[in-house]
Amino acid sequence: MRKIAIYGKGGIGKSTTTQNTVAGLVEAGKNVMVVGCDPKADSTRLLLGGLAQKTVLDTLREEGEDIDLDDIVKEGYGGVRCVESGGPEPGVGCAGRGIITSINLLEQLGGWDDKYSIDYTFYDVLGDVVCGGFAMPIREGKAQEIYIVVSGEMMAMYAANNICKGIKKFAEAGGVRLGGLICNSRKVDNESAMIEELAKRLGTQMIHFVPRDNMVQRAEINRQTVIEFDPEHGQADEYRQLANAIDKNEMFVIPQPLEMEELEKLLIDFGIAN
Amino acid sequence: MTDKKKNIKELPDSAAIIEEMVSKYPKKVAKKRAKAMVTNDPENKPEIQSNVRTVPGIITQRGCTYAGCKGVILGPTRDVINITHGPIGCGFYSWLTRRNQTKAGKGEENYIPYCFSTDMQDENIVFGGEAKLKQAIREAYEIFKPHSISIFSTCPVGLIGDDVHSVAREMKKELGITIFGFSCEGYRGVSQSAGHHIANNGVFTNVVGTEKPKRVGKFQINLMGEYNIGGDAFELERLFEEAGITLLSTFSGNSTIKSYAYAQSADLNLVMCHRSINYIAEMMEEKYGIPWVKINFIGAESTAKSLRKVAEFFDDAELTERVEKIVKREMSKVKKVSKEVRPDLEGKLAMLFVGGSRAHHYQDLFKELGITTISAGYEFAHRDDYEGREVIPNIKVDADTRNIEDIEVTRDDENFREDLVKKKQILEEKGYKFKEYSGMMSEMDKNSLVIDDISHWESEKLIEYFKPDVFCAGIKEKYAVQKMGVPLKQLHSYDYGGPYAGFEGAINFYRDMERMLNTRIWKMVDAPWKAEPEIVGSMNINI
Repeated sequence: MRKIAIYGKGGIGKSTTTQNTVAGLVEAGKNVMVVGCDPKADSTRLLLGGLAQKTVLDTLREEGEDIDLDDIVKEGYGGVRCVESGGPEPGVGCAGRGIITSINLLEQLGGWDDKYSIDYTFYDVLGDVVCGGFAMPIREGKAQEIYIVVSGEMMAMYAANNICKGIKKFAEAGGVRLGGLICNSRKVDNESAMIEELAKRLGTQMIHFVPRDNMVQRAEINRQTVIEFDPEHGQADEYRQLANAIDKNEMFVIPQPLEMEELEKLLIDFGIAN
Repeated sequence: MTDKKKNIKELPDSAAIIEEMVSKYPKKVAKKRAKAMVTNDPENKPEIQSNVRTVPGIITQRGCTYAGCKGVILGPTRDVINITHGPIGCGFYSWLTRRNQTKAGKGEENYIPYCFSTDMQDENIVFGGEAKLKQAIREAYEIFKPHSISIFSTCPVGLIGDDVHSVAREMKKELGITIFGFSCEGYRGVSQSAGHHIANNGVFTNVVGTEKPKRVGKFQINLMGEYNIGGDAFELERLFEEAGITLLSTFSGNSTIKSYAYAQSADLNLVMCHRSINYIAEMMEEKYGIPWVKINFIGAESTAKSLRKVAEFFDDAELTERVEKIVKREMSKVKKVSKEVRPDLEGKLAMLFVGGSRAHHYQDLFKELGITTISAGYEFAHRDDYEGREVIPNIKVDADTRNIEDIEVTRDDENFREDLVKKKQILEEKGYKFKEYSGMMSEMDKNSLVIDDISHWESEKLIEYFKPDVFCAGIKEKYAVQKMGVPLKQLHSYDYGGPYAGFEGAINFYRDMERMLNTRIWKMVDAPWKAEPEIVGSMNINI
């Protein structure tokens, strides 16, 4: 089983990209599990057709320790096993600790038992790495590969670089590696070339360039992935290609994060200075 | 041991032992630790590093901020339900460990035997613990119907951002009783000292002055920084009563929230443990004009001196006469016992590493027995407790100090005691000293070794080097030291003894020291086979 965590700046499209990619893998016959690690609990909406999913932490609160796996795992599009960790309301408690608790519970309940023959687990993690709890999926071997969703916008690249710092830290202690950058296009000038260059400097690759297309939005309103909503559409193929690239990926590295000046220079060289 | 019987006139320079202690540390640590070790000169007090973070990895004696706030300051107050908001361990390990005694009158509230905790679980960490805290407060109220509840924050509370103060306000409104919270998370300060300060601020803001001032006696005082370990406060209460001095409130031993509420009615505040309680004394002077003096009731001579100081303040012939009568009577009892035990104790050596004032005060008792303090230091004191209050303006305010709320005190015009301000001025002109504390160093011998926040390693080295006859510290050090063949007297809990304050207390201490230091058991600590590894014997077999 491959264990993958998707990180990236908040609002960059992690959940959308993850679910569409997962749909591509499912289409190719893979068994996939998605664990949403965002207190908002919206990481599996497209796969579940918008079904309100009861989160692990809500279940734990209401039912106590005596929980069945079926209470927290729902089957979505093509048999994808969907889990939402959930978490507290904004400004209360510790969401990071919540992620640790729910992943531990999922393991304890046998969420990854052989009988499910899961090929892929995706952890969809909130925003930047803010504290130890959110780094949980990349610690203790919960996730082995990281993909960072990024765009050509400065703050997205800045966040990607920061996440690389986190990965580097844990990579040296554990086995986690960076699998690549996924460029979710914002139609910034020179975007593809710039992200490819950023990837190169980080010591990794741009694994796929996902063009911006309104189809994604339309599918989302219909609570579906593009592959489900309009399988013939060109954007569906983009996600299939991304899924395939991840499936075939053999480039796993410890990233070398950039200094701030270097990152700014990159932006000037590719973005503004032409 | 006989060689030590001769009175030590001059102590050796301690540079060599300092060098030996720090040489085992990594370079940076050695540099830092060396600043906390000084050879004393009472005439020209050296600067000592204190109240700075302990280097991680060093086995320190210190406790945490929560321990200082809950355990030390509020713990001995019997009519308040002290709820620890946190996982159960913090509550359990701060429950009655200091042997603070209390005497509730018939039908009076006493919650000291209880331990209240919200018993935070994983779920409360994730989703926030405010709801559970409210539930705990309601439950405590339903069962006990107290008039006051206080809330203590443990480490996770600060990390997850539970707002104990807003919970306190909300529940105060709901239940109509006094409820207040403390942001005393364990990590907030360098040691328990930060917790003392936070507790002082909280008690001052939320309790002191909430009742109207009252006049019940001619001479009204508060006793501050006396924690009634082993019944110390009872001993002092007896003396005050006999002298005709009205003790309104003790902060905090055998004490009540109710009495704190009208503590502003005092004419004088007596500060015993300068480190843990000077804040409240200072704030009361600012707000109400009540002056404070540093006193010490540990040691018979110091007790006499302190009682006389109080009498001198009130300047009343009858009071002075009563005090003199007590001193004369009690001192003759004390002298009788000291005369009896002194020959067995004279010339022995003591080390004290404890507290924020105890390592100083107990030297007086030792002095009365002819025991020399060769080395001493505090766990959590600041420079002023070593070098005297005159260094306060030069103490560096560091980031840790900024963790403690700095509350602004304004004068209470209605209750301000102009008469006391005037009295203070007149007395000062006559040479009477207010808020004066010259610190531990001024009363220690030249060349004695002063060490702040001593580590386990350093204690061991010191014991090997000086071979003291008694070591004073706490429970964490007790058995490690005693295994080295040196008796350890706990000055946090008094082991099972006490009271040691006042005149009777001095007598108890003398007797306890005589027993403790003269038993042969300390020479038997090493197993016999250590000296004689092989036991040789012979036998005859008759067939």
